[in-house]
Amino acid sequence: MPIGVKVLKRPTKQTSYLRATLKGMALTFSHLLRPKVTMQYPEEKSSKDWTLSSRWRGTHRMLTDEQGRAKCVACGLCPQICPANCIKLVPGEDEEGNRYPLIYEIDEFRCIFCGYCQEVCPEEAIHVGVHYENSEYSRDRFVYDLERLSAQTHPVSTLWDPSDPKGE
Amino acid sequence: MTFFLVSSAIKVFVVFNLIMVGVALLTLLERRVCAWMQDRLGPNRVGPQGILQPAADGLKNFLKEETSPAMADKALFTLAPIVSFVPALVTFGVIPFASPLPTRWGVVPMVVADLPVGFLYILAIGSLGVYGIVLAGWSSNNKYALLGGLRASAQMISYEIALGMSTVAVLLLAGNVTLSQVIAQQQLAHAWFVVPLTIGFVIFFISALAETNRLPFDLPEAEGELIAGYHTEYSAMKFSMFYIAEYSNMVTASALMATLFFGGWDIPFTSWDSTGDPSVVKTLATLAFFGLKTFAFLFTYIWVRWTLPRFRYDQLMALGWKVLLPLALLYIAILAAAIWFTRIQLGWEYGPRMAWALGGLNLVLLIPLVWWLDRGRIVSGSVPQEAA
Repeated sequence: MPIGVKVLKRPTKQTSYLRATLKGMALTFSHLLRPKVTMQYPEEKSSKDWTLSSRWRGTHRMLTDEQGRAKCVACGLCPQICPANCIKLVPGEDEEGNRYPLIYEIDEFRCIFCGYCQEVCPEEAIHVGVHYENSEYSRDRFVYDLERLSAQTHPVSTLWDPSDPKGE
Repeated sequence: MTFFLVSSAIKVFVVFNLIMVGVALLTLLERRVCAWMQDRLGPNRVGPQGILQPAADGLKNFLKEETSPAMADKALFTLAPIVSFVPALVTFGVIPFASPLPTRWGVVPMVVADLPVGFLYILAIGSLGVYGIVLAGWSSNNKYALLGGLRASAQMISYEIALGMSTVAVLLLAGNVTLSQVIAQQQLAHAWFVVPLTIGFVIFFISALAETNRLPFDLPEAEGELIAGYHTEYSAMKFSMFYIAEYSNMVTASALMATLFFGGWDIPFTSWDSTGDPSVVKTLATLAFFGLKTFAFLFTYIWVRWTLPRFRYDQLMALGWKVLLPLALLYIAILAAAIWFTRIQLGWEYGPRMAWALGGLNLVLLIPLVWWLDRGRIVSGSVPQEAA
């Protein structure tokens, strides 16, 4: 026995390896028959015990108006607040003086999904969404342009509301 | 002669393939039972309920790179998996797995080779397997592998003695080492040897766990401390061969337990299977029962593995040398005296009466044994309390 190993004096009940073994065997066998907790992921994305939170901040989504145009007015607040500097916005203006984004791109690789863009947006145009499956075959596919952002259909994030911290 | 050669060749082919398929399915069973015991599902993607998972694993192992450590002893490094693999497979050869099968050309005994030395052959060849592990550990030129190999040799030598001693009791009772005769004796008495030899079975079971390097005796592997021990440096099919060897050792040990203590292919509560003319139905039924018994032990192996933690090295040695070996020796002495008394003094033949009388004796012996084990000083700290 190596030096420094302390052997504790335990009551007989605790040192009975025979009983402990039998107890352990009974326990593992009972677990054999219990319902399993595994969620079969690609087929099953939420169960009665677990579902994605409505506050989940995932893939972005640009909301559109009735004519199908992006609600964005190119105010420039979201690229300003973005801590990861992942939003590229080039503003434009039509004949009536309405501002709209000429280029609006979000690099989903650089994004840290803080949701500030959604919080800061005065038009409720850009949102983070309750969505997480964005695998692609090339890196440049992760730069989402305006068309792609508008085409997303997943629910948008509700974010955290300070006046209702528990989300009730 | 031609009949013998042809039937033997067919039996070798069938048994070899059955064991390989059985081992493959056993790896799947191990993973799934483990998962179920941990409230998970386990591999269920390849084929229905994951039944093709072993095939996928095998294919993966064929396609993996064969790594070879620069400082390894090349010849021994290559030899080790073979030395481990071959004994694991050939030991099954002497185990009868069903009642004789009648064919148009004659009756075929359902055992690859019914050697007169039967059981001794298994002990002899089975202990060769340790060479594979030791050679693997040594030739890898890796300290962890070497430690694993050393542990394996020490452990297997220690527990082989207890294993051999516990079977002496069987041989005393059966009066024969040929496994088909051992089964015949059990059928004759309508009582499996587990009844007159309960304690022997317990010792055998524990030693068999140690012999096959399964938890709680998997010190040669000990992934936590020795990063997989003796097969650390092995990859691809060489690793796979160690894996197959481990599992086929398990199959053989389970089949051996079923044969020595649970009547082999005997069907309980009937003598239909062992009397009268051999028939195909009998062969299939007995084969099913043999499979069932072996499976029960395999399941117990897996069950024990996912329940118990690993022994410390000194605990392992203490259990082997200080508990199991004296226990086995004492047991042989008591049993030999009992057999001498019943056979010579009372003039009984081995039969139900003697089996149940010895069973009673075992029951009486079990009470102090369990009481003593329950004191729990067997595998706890190895230093006196005051020295701690």
